[in-house]
Amino acid sequence: MTEHHLEVPLEEGRLTELEVGDVVYLTGIIITARDKAHQRIFEEGDEPPVDLEGAAVFHAGPVVRRVDNGYELVVIGPTTSTRIAKYLEDIVDAGVKMIVGKGGMGPDAPEVMKDRAVYLTAPGGCAALLAERVKGIREVHWLDLGIPEAIWVLEVEEFGPLIVTVDAHGNELSGE
Amino acid sequence: MPDDPDRKLLESISEATVEALRVAETKLPDDVLERLERALDEEDGHAQTMLEAILENVRIAEEKGLPMCQDTGLITVFAEIGREFPLRLAGTIRDGIEEGIRRATEEIPLRPNVVHPISRENTGDNTGYRVPIVRFIPTKGKELKLHFLPKGFGSENSSAVTRLLPTEGLEGVREFVVRTVREAGGMPCPPIVLGVGVGGTIDEATHLAKLALFRPLNVRNPDPEIADLEEELLEEINRLGIGPMGLGGRTTALAVNVELAYTHTAGLPVAVNVQCWAARRATAIVYPDGFFEVTQREYPRGIIC
Repeated sequence: MTEHHLEVPLEEGRLTELEVGDVVYLTGIIITARDKAHQRIFEEGDEPPVDLEGAAVFHAGPVVRRVDNGYELVVIGPTTSTRIAKYLEDIVDAGVKMIVGKGGMGPDAPEVMKDRAVYLTAPGGCAALLAERVKGIREVHWLDLGIPEAIWVLEVEEFGPLIVTVDAHGNELSGE
Repeated sequence: MPDDPDRKLLESISEATVEALRVAETKLPDDVLERLERALDEEDGHAQTMLEAILENVRIAEEKGLPMCQDTGLITVFAEIGREFPLRLAGTIRDGIEEGIRRATEEIPLRPNVVHPISRENTGDNTGYRVPIVRFIPTKGKELKLHFLPKGFGSENSSAVTRLLPTEGLEGVREFVVRTVREAGGMPCPPIVLGVGVGGTIDEATHLAKLALFRPLNVRNPDPEIADLEEELLEEINRLGIGPMGLGGRTTALAVNVELAYTHTAGLPVAVNVQCWAARRATAIVYPDGFFEVTQREYPRGIIC
């Protein structure tokens, strides 16, 4: 069980360093997306408002507060990834290298993600803890989907602990 | 009309709702915290990492007055109205609760989670047609007790209901509960709490399963046989090895609470309501003069007068 402190977007070639059970902390940019954002991109064919190539996507819907110049993050934590698992192949094809969520990414994940991406489990419900690791909101897109479902571009520092649950070697960490 | 006593009471109900939700969302009840701490002593590896994160999160949330989970939930209220409480109109009490939820959404704040079931349009204030879900229970006494259960849908989505054959009996109940947990895996944010409703009709069984989630984790069913069932189910579930967040471990559930109702000779309805580790709840006790207090040590007993 190795501990990694990584910059996101992830540098080329660093994906294979990660193995199931490793603990990861991310620093850099992560992008939130849930059911509706995935649906809009992969079913309705809308151009994603952010660059997905090499990106880290976080299955999450934050609590935010409206302030004078925009929005302030209150708390944020992972949502259930299996709801979004049907878009896994699409999102990996779009270039996403890291997916952060909770509850697993479905039975096909090890095969689909092999050599291309990893799935990391964030501690579910730990929204106050994870919010401390978010330094700020960079951008927000598609607010018409509602605050939880909008795409939030977040600047994070030592965001974690995240556990590698599906690695890029075709392995999956399972509780059973 | 500021002098209108009903209006004043209604305002107290709203204020009590905001304060009860604030406590529920930011502070985990002691009995839940105690079980999580006990679980940490028994775990190592990923399970330990996840439980440490949970406990650190609970500490930060309470210290900073932040919601402990970003899914601030859909709000269910069990409202015990005392026979002598002055405001007897359920609709009016409901108005007070709804107003409180709208204010709590802004003030705490809460995530706006409530949408139309088909169009998925978000109301933006955590209320909507028939939401919050409010169950009124007439009781003895002068007070109005509002028991709040804000519940996330990671765990709600893992809940299940079935109709067993009467011949399947206790073994059938056991198998259904364990199967529901096994299929849920890491999805409902384990370690979980289970509310199980046995008997009644299909709708009553699901109602009982939710009622069971209000009960503190250190309070067993008063019927010794059902109390044994609760303990046996907990042991069996913890042998599944799902563990915190589904990454493996000894602690899959913190407690199993079972509630029973008699049923029809031809049936055996069973419902399981799954609750994540963030087993949030709080009670506002509103007195006839408008004074109110908020506690996490009360729960609905379902006494009908």
